Amino acid sequence: MVIKKIVGFFTSLKLTAVLLAFATVLVFVGTIAQADEGLYGAQAHYFKQWIVVGAHLFGHKIPLILPGGYLLGVLLLVNLVCSHIYRFQFTTKKLGIQLAHAGVILLLVGQLATDILSREMQMHFAEGETRSYSESGTDYELIFVAGNQVTAIPVKMLVAGSELKLPSLPFTVRVKEFWKNSDINFRAPMMKNAPPIASNGAALNFDFKPAPDVKAMDQKNVPSSIIEMVGAKGSLGTWAVSDWLGEASLIQAVQEGYASFGPAVANSIAKQLATPQAIEINDQRFTFTMRPMRVNHPFSLSLLKATHTTYPGTDIPKDFRSRVLIDNKLKGEKREVEISMNHPLRYGGLTFYQYQMSAGEVVERAGRTPSSVLSVVRNPSWLTPYVGCGMVAAGLLVQFMSHLIGFISKQKKK
Amino acid sequence: MKKILSKWLPPSLMLLMALWFFGNLQTPKDKDFAFSEFAQLPVTSNGRIVPLDSLARNSLLQIREKQTLNIEPWKGWNEKPRIISATEWLVTVMMNPAVADEWPAFRIDNPDLVSLLKLPEKDLANHSDGKHFSWNQFQPAFDKFEEENRRVQKIEAANRTPFETAVSKMFQRCMLYVQLKNTLQPGDLTDWPTQFADFEQMIPEAMVAVREQQAGKAYDREVFTQFAAYVQHLQHMTQFEPPLILPPNGTKDWRRMGDALLDIPQGKPADAAMHDFVKMMGAFNGKNPAAFNDALKDYRASLIPQQEKAVAKARAEVFFNQMQPFYAAMVIYVLAGLLAVFSWFNLSETLRRSAVWLTWLGLAIHTIGLVYRMVLEGRPPVTNLYSSAIFIGWGSVVLGLILEKFHKNGIGTVVATGIGFCTLIIAHNLAREGDTMEMMRAVLDTNFWLATHVVTVTIGYASTYVAGFLALIYILRGVFTKTLDEATGKSLARMIYGIVCFATLFSFVGTVLGGIWADQSWGRFWGWDPKENGALIIVLWNALILHLRWGGLIRDRGLVNCAIFGNIVTAWSWFGVNMLGIGLHSYGFTDAAFKWLVLFVVSQLAFIAIGLLPLQAWRSFRPNAP
Repeated sequence: MVIKKIVGFFTSLKLTAVLLAFATVLVFVGTIAQADEGLYGAQAHYFKQWIVVGAHLFGHKIPLILPGGYLLGVLLLVNLVCSHIYRFQFTTKKLGIQLAHAGVILLLVGQLATDILSREMQMHFAEGETRSYSESGTDYELIFVAGNQVTAIPVKMLVAGSELKLPSLPFTVRVKEFWKNSDINFRAPMMKNAPPIASNGAALNFDFKPAPDVKAMDQKNVPSSIIEMVGAKGSLGTWAVSDWLGEASLIQAVQEGYASFGPAVANSIAKQLATPQAIEINDQRFTFTMRPMRVNHPFSLSLLKATHTTYPGTDIPKDFRSRVLIDNKLKGEKREVEISMNHPLRYGGLTFYQYQMSAGEVVERAGRTPSSVLSVVRNPSWLTPYVGCGMVAAGLLVQFMSHLIGFISKQKKK
Repeated sequence: MKKILSKWLPPSLMLLMALWFFGNLQTPKDKDFAFSEFAQLPVTSNGRIVPLDSLARNSLLQIREKQTLNIEPWKGWNEKPRIISATEWLVTVMMNPAVADEWPAFRIDNPDLVSLLKLPEKDLANHSDGKHFSWNQFQPAFDKFEEENRRVQKIEAANRTPFETAVSKMFQRCMLYVQLKNTLQPGDLTDWPTQFADFEQMIPEAMVAVREQQAGKAYDREVFTQFAAYVQHLQHMTQFEPPLILPPNGTKDWRRMGDALLDIPQGKPADAAMHDFVKMMGAFNGKNPAAFNDALKDYRASLIPQQEKAVAKARAEVFFNQMQPFYAAMVIYVLAGLLAVFSWFNLSETLRRSAVWLTWLGLAIHTIGLVYRMVLEGRPPVTNLYSSAIFIGWGSVVLGLILEKFHKNGIGTVVATGIGFCTLIIAHNLAREGDTMEMMRAVLDTNFWLATHVVTVTIGYASTYVAGFLALIYILRGVFTKTLDEATGKSLARMIYGIVCFATLFSFVGTVLGGIWADQSWGRFWGWDPKENGALIIVLWNALILHLRWGGLIRDRGLVNCAIFGNIVTAWSWFGVNMLGIGLHSYGFTDAAFKWLVLFVVSQLAFIAIGLLPLQAWRSFRPNAP
């Protein structure tokens, strides 16, 4: 009895209708909320979520509770699979509808797999540079380097007030502050009116302060942290660590920001930002920095040429393309390939897409080296939407055509 | 007699309208200056080769929101105000800006902006209609205006007040006008033909002076200063980035006049094209049509052999501009729609057939326009918001006519003409943003995906609208007239159901194809971008309707009301998401459209409310009194 009820519930069309209605509302709310919460914020709040509590709409906080994207997706999947098994009949009349629903199941499963398995990274390089790793666009790590030994601490572990003891480091790292997003200011010699935020290194010349999370899709958070290194005999001092220190594109942005102080000042600021911070303990020198998390590849890519063309007489972009050299020593493979918008490179289980570019006339006139950013994606289930879409299209087409033919022949009989 | 009428009325009406359309195709004859020939000259603007005709029309549309210029707007239509063509206006702006600066070509509606610019209010006796103003009229207050614009530019477009939006828009209009003024000559000089000759002549002397000055020797100060002043004017001219009017001469692309003039001292003497334009300018300012036409002929004669393709393309586009197929189709749809609606009341088969014949004519002209645009652009039918409106209309008309073919009750024709008319009106208003055939940005530059994803998704929009419009007919006829009998009602509901199935198919496939395109071009199938979500909502909504119907949760009336809500969902996806101003697809931001979107949504909700009235309140299928 109970089982029958449960089966009845999970296979009912009413459940489908309710879920579809909630999905419609959720997608609508989640779209409007993007104006207030940003694309990534809204994704995490509404779609990659089990239960949604509260919403930001049109600048107001609205109390509401909705099933989140995960919950709806899973319930729809269960509903679909159950109905599919329960109602499955191999008749030509139902063939189309069954094929279409099987396609929807594949799409849902594929998206679930993508959500779990896929990974999106980036590869930044200027012309002439070679990279054998990709970097995360959102996650960072704090690394300590001594000779060949690299210790990486994911930024997620940097919680203010925590203490990190690692076997490979002869000191403890105490996290004083951590800011997910931060701003940087140069401490001009004449205007040092407040004490530096840390006692050593870059903090003597630069102030860091927390900043609100970014919302726009093309911006990213720049994390900073204040850490204290504690050895056996007590504190070794405090340091500021930040992605502002060391990352080429950010340094360039800061340098441009101080251009009005004259090239000499701006260049010296850039140089100071690029200088690695270090600590010496027991005759061992550890350089440390915060940087985007890295994934190493068994091959390397070199950027040979970055081209950005515009339509004549305008700055409407016409084409972005990167000519790269793949060098895979394991396979003895060395060849050139072109990556452009809508023409990605699929290689070694990864796909490389043209993402951003700083090239073309403006860059050349400014005397900068053209550079390119590739988006590097690993998505083992990338084929599922192709197959799923084909199945749904074929299924609906069969169903629709059989209805239409039936209808037309009925009309003709009249 | 009646038989003859019913046989011959439909085709003869169609023939009449066809004649009207073809009659408009003739090029207007020039009286003195060969403006219509001038209009066919190609120029590179907005990144593509356009005829000067398009440049003139699109610019005037942006500045004045019309394709013609009324020089005396304070006169009533019966007082015969002087109205000139866009081309004549453009020629004057480019060649004799002092005259054009006096013409009331700028339309300003925002009252705060009118007072900021210290412009006169409506006062017909003093030649002011309170809406159209000349460049010279607002020059005294221009500094204040620029200051205000600098403030406004710091505010994100989505957060601007109507006044601030008007300021920003007005500034763009001014920039466009200045660009046009600087296309052929430095816009601030008044007698360029003479000054050009002077400039060209002084170059050898001037170059000597420059070299001597640089070497620190004694030099001719007078020549040097004069020359420096010219160079400054010319540099100023190119800074505005005006259209590229000169054909390539050993260069890859077309050239700006200012750049070419600055090249002369570098040892690249002025070519024939430059001299031809200067001659035209002299003749135009001296009111000498014969000389103007001769210079124009010389220019064309030298241009055609080296720029055959550009000239042909420009001429084809001019023909398209004059044809105005979408305007003609709009007029025909209105006529056909009215006839079809009348046919319901007196149930005249002749009227219905006339409506169907006319709709076919409208569709034929609509198709000519659509295909012509595709050929001109070398693109699939939908490339931007404007062309999506054209295509949604086209798809709806086709669907409506198919419905009519099967049901022969005028309903399909009303749907076809109704949506056809509305979408063409929308397209007409979207065209005010400027060039509707602009070049595709790098990400969108792929005919394969434009032809598959965009076309499929747009057919999905069109069919959802057809279902919604059918539902509106159901409610309007059911509640307000007695014409909806049981059989017609059932057949309408069946049509709606069939179209919703069709819409589900296309919107689903289109949406997933969009995901696949995204996967191909930047590595993620689904990114929850507003436009993607909008399309997804259409799919979800259509799927919901189908499941509600299959589950027996709704019947005919429920289906009808749901289909009307589909109109809101589609309008939201088509326009609403663009107004959020976020995401990759937010290319079609249009603030004026927001008001209309709200009105549309409210009206559809009102129809749903009417549809929910108990059957007693309906004039059709009222339960019979015992």
